[in-house]
Amino acid sequence: MALTTKRMAIITVMLTVSFFAIFIFLPESVVGERGDNLLFFAPKIAFLSVTAAMVTVFILVFIFRRKYISSQIFALNRYKYLLRLMIKRDFVTKYRKSMLGIIWSILNPLLMMLVMMFVFQYLFRFSVDNYPVYFLSGRLIFGFFEESTAMGINSIINNEAIIKKVYVPKYIFPVAQVTTSLVNVFFAFLAFMLVFIITGADFYWTMLLIPIPIIYTFVFSLGIVMFLSSMVVFFRDMQYLWGVFSMMLFFMTPVMYPVEGTIPEAYMPIYGLNPMFHFVTYFRELALWHTVPDLWSNMVCIGYALASLCIGSYVFMKRQDRFLLYL
Amino acid sequence: MSNIVIEVNNVSMRFNLTKDKITGLKEYVVKMLKRQIEYEEFWALKNVSFSVEKGEIFGVVGLNGAGKSTLLKIISGVFKPTKGSIKMTGDLVPLLELGTGFDPEFSARDNIYMNGAMYGRSPREMDGIFNEIMDFAELWEFKDVTLKNFSTGMAARLGFAVATSVKPDILIIDEIFGVGDYKFQEKCSARIKGMISGGTTALLVSHDIDLIRQMCKRAILLEKGNAVCLGTADEVAEIYGDRGRLAKIIDELNKEEIQNKDPTLISSEKVS
Repeated sequence: MALTTKRMAIITVMLTVSFFAIFIFLPESVVGERGDNLLFFAPKIAFLSVTAAMVTVFILVFIFRRKYISSQIFALNRYKYLLRLMIKRDFVTKYRKSMLGIIWSILNPLLMMLVMMFVFQYLFRFSVDNYPVYFLSGRLIFGFFEESTAMGINSIINNEAIIKKVYVPKYIFPVAQVTTSLVNVFFAFLAFMLVFIITGADFYWTMLLIPIPIIYTFVFSLGIVMFLSSMVVFFRDMQYLWGVFSMMLFFMTPVMYPVEGTIPEAYMPIYGLNPMFHFVTYFRELALWHTVPDLWSNMVCIGYALASLCIGSYVFMKRQDRFLLYL
Repeated sequence: MSNIVIEVNNVSMRFNLTKDKITGLKEYVVKMLKRQIEYEEFWALKNVSFSVEKGEIFGVVGLNGAGKSTLLKIISGVFKPTKGSIKMTGDLVPLLELGTGFDPEFSARDNIYMNGAMYGRSPREMDGIFNEIMDFAELWEFKDVTLKNFSTGMAARLGFAVATSVKPDILIIDEIFGVGDYKFQEKCSARIKGMISGGTTALLVSHDIDLIRQMCKRAILLEKGNAVCLGTADEVAEIYGDRGRLAKIIDELNKEEIQNKDPTLISSEKVS
């Protein structure tokens, strides 16, 4: 039986419903406290079941199409030099004609951070301990997502000349773009650390785990970029819509304001559906609050990242053969 | 039959030519609701099959619009055929147009490495053949000049030098002997002959029948997407060179197309 999109959608929905039914009756010790408010609890269970269903379908697809998928993955081995050169190119050409050259890659985020730090510390005041670090940590993770999607959305369109003439696995373009942003995040992180030291924040061993939320965000962004870059070939309007949407997402994520006292308790379940909220909070727990996120936070982050990657790569693979006719 | 390197089985390629290009989401939704998206089907290739053996130079001949470039793009993997299949063994380097995959913002040196990487060659491997490429292209004095400042001929030379230096198993050459001066053309054909004797298979596309006759053993003649003749280069050249006969064949194909025109072939359809 072939796995068509329709069948996969049906299987996913059926699995979600059945998982939901199973999870809702599980004892509290397994799924966490139920509380009095069902509104608070239901989204959590719904989320869990969707993730579980997705992962099951993903495994199914992997089994059904393992030949195709492994050939795609092996292709990466052949094209790894191209990937490396493309990342290097993006990086080198960015500051090529400027006087300070590569120093800009750390100076740029540092100056930006200083400006924003000043603006937010003196113009908008929130009652948060060490506000600069609070703000910049959110900014770092959200900026990564924002930059990679904004650049990545055009990754197919911009490489039209190559796609039209040589066979190269097409997913290499979104992957290169998001990886470039990852390199930028590394430099932004160095700038963040400078601010961290200047403001006299405490170091704690949990900071060693910081790569984890960055990896989650990377996988999540990659999925989004694969989805967007394949859609934008067919509908060029997407890039403008996305610009608005990502700004909306910025204000829905606690980057510059604290969650407590800003978001009414009743709206928290809906507010918590925003994936960026979880990635940002994960990062802050490690860097600011010196706690290791619990299993539940990890599951939410992995769930969002995997779901994004599954949907993104599926849509991408489905549509990639038709890119050429629309470019 | 282990020395068949390229096997093309009943390949057909269809393009949907939209009557008016829809690029906006709003436009798409509006048109879809009104069921106004109309496609005209166009078969660029119809049931083409042939196979190429190892170490052969195979010619593809045809007038403009015969489907030659589409065929090459399918073989090189750029297009996926609507019907049929392609089987291939080995590395392939397509020279569909000169300077394939070159970035005008890069220097010649960066472009060489980038191009090599597209063919799956590591920077270290490219280090080894960099000198050879520059020697062949005779572009040493321009090695750090950005490619946008190159003349067409210079870019062509560079493109040819890279593609032939990476030593692919299969080389696809689309109308590239037209560019470059007489001296360079001779150098190119000498190099291709050298590569063939080294075991490389080549697909040569041209409408220059003398070149095909001179370089290839076997060839295929495409006309309006159909394989009109598949045989030795001389046989193909005979048909291709005889203008009266060629015109007749095309006429017949046109007639056939009108007769076979299924009413559903050109239809307004809702896009799913």
